[in-house]
Amino acid sequence: MVKENTTNSKRAIITVLGADKVGIIAGVTTALAKLGINILDISQTTMQDILTMIMLVDLEKAAKPIREIIDELEAVGKQLNVEVRFQLEEIFKTMHRI
Amino acid sequence: MLIPSEIVETIKMIHEENFDIRTITVGISLRDCCDSNGKKSREKIYDKITKIAENLVRTGEDIEKEYGVPIINKRISVTPISMVAEASDDKNYTEYAVTLDKVADRCGVNFIGGFSALVHKGYTKGDKILIDSIPEALAATNKVCSSVNLATTRSGINMDAVRHMGMIIKQTAEKSADKNAIGCAKLVVFTNVPEDNPFMAGAFHGVGESESTINVGISGPGVVQNVIKRVGINADFGVVSEEIKRAAFKITRVGELVAREASRRLNIPFGIVDLSLAPTPARGDSVAHIIEEMGLEVCGTHGSTAALALLNDAVKKGGSMASSYVGGLSGSFIPVSEDVGMIDAVKSGHLTIEKLEALTCICSVGLDMIAIPGDTPYETISAIIADEAAIGVINNKTTAVRIIPVPGKKVGDIVEFGGLLGTAPIMRVNNASSAPFIHRGGRIPSPLNALKN
Repeated sequence: MVKENTTNSKRAIITVLGADKVGIIAGVTTALAKLGINILDISQTTMQDILTMIMLVDLEKAAKPIREIIDELEAVGKQLNVEVRFQLEEIFKTMHRI
Repeated sequence: MLIPSEIVETIKMIHEENFDIRTITVGISLRDCCDSNGKKSREKIYDKITKIAENLVRTGEDIEKEYGVPIINKRISVTPISMVAEASDDKNYTEYAVTLDKVADRCGVNFIGGFSALVHKGYTKGDKILIDSIPEALAATNKVCSSVNLATTRSGINMDAVRHMGMIIKQTAEKSADKNAIGCAKLVVFTNVPEDNPFMAGAFHGVGESESTINVGISGPGVVQNVIKRVGINADFGVVSEEIKRAAFKITRVGELVAREASRRLNIPFGIVDLSLAPTPARGDSVAHIIEEMGLEVCGTHGSTAALALLNDAVKKGGSMASSYVGGLSGSFIPVSEDVGMIDAVKSGHLTIEKLEALTCICSVGLDMIAIPGDTPYETISAIIADEAAIGVINNKTTAVRIIPVPGKKVGDIVEFGGLLGTAPIMRVNNASSAPFIHRGGRIPSPLNALKN
């Protein structure tokens, strides 16, 4: 039997990349709120009109399985015409922290 | 707390530098699938593999999605079939290969390895039947990979097997002549073969392994090339080596994470991470380009061996710090048809089979995915194998030959294999005869450096 997503990592990094315009942060954060995902930290830079937003989120109280969360976020990204990437935090910690 | 530049670095590695996990390979023991009745044995094989590996692909895809790192291949390796099939009365083992092909389809994996025999000192009944079945088995299947180990440092070189495999490679090419001899791309001969290698075509589940095990192969030539580019042409070799070590460490850590996660979810023990840098035909995913980035005009020119030595060593040093269990082949692969830089170097005449042989003294495998004229005598192929075996035996390392004599093709022609197998220019081989040497037969004794006890 495959074990479901019982991964120890209950936190994820969401990155949003795209041409800056009104409503990107609002669109993404509204979707996260609906999914029961809490934002722990957020950083944002805009260089040459390209927005890069990085969010650390908590999945503890998420309303749906990770697969569905990822699909929904990608759909929101398409609507807003930006790239939304979801990755469990562990991959970054593993790579950059000993 | 992670800082944004680290997050961006990881994302860049994956999306711009082609970093990926090349393969999750599940090794499965088939030792309990022997039966005097071949048909029953094959039923046991089908049932056992299906039971263990049916969730492999889905689990791999889940991990890929959740961590946002591509996992290109999901594969299966099994106990060398010669050992399983020889309990039966069968006189041809093609049916075993057909069963493996069906299991591969059922589980959704793209290759299954282990149509193999270990004959470095001699043949058993099953080894002989298996090797004779290879041409037919590879023509009758799509996903089955075959390997034969014919030399070790401890036992020397089985020259009867070397001669035999020259013939088998020719026959395999002829059986798949309509597909540019693609059967030979799924057949590799080894010296000092590792028993936990996750990469095809040489993967099989060794006799010292457990019931089942997860082995992971990483990849990332693009990442390494870019770190060398960033330090610039004025950085000395100490700096270059240090930067490669750092990159290899980071890549391998992700391999370790994926291996542990797959192991946990599938409830199969974690075996090893293989540190090999595996190229693909995609731009920006080439080992030849790493060598060129160090300051050589074309891979294959003088200095290439030294550059590869530095690369291979730095990857091992960085990678071995990052994983709890390192194994498999662990080095740099230099397959010609699967590496766009190698293909260009052969086309421009700067990379020859002799230089490739020199490179294999220090890289992880050997003469890999090399297409040669279809009219090359089998004795010449055997002699090429013997040379590689000698390099492996004397230097205590793994070497291999995966060579493709494409029927009807001549030096300078180009053959397309498609997908990860890529494009191969037909390479020139030495046309002086090696036949009487190969016809001697027998065994080249193990060298003095085998006597270590």
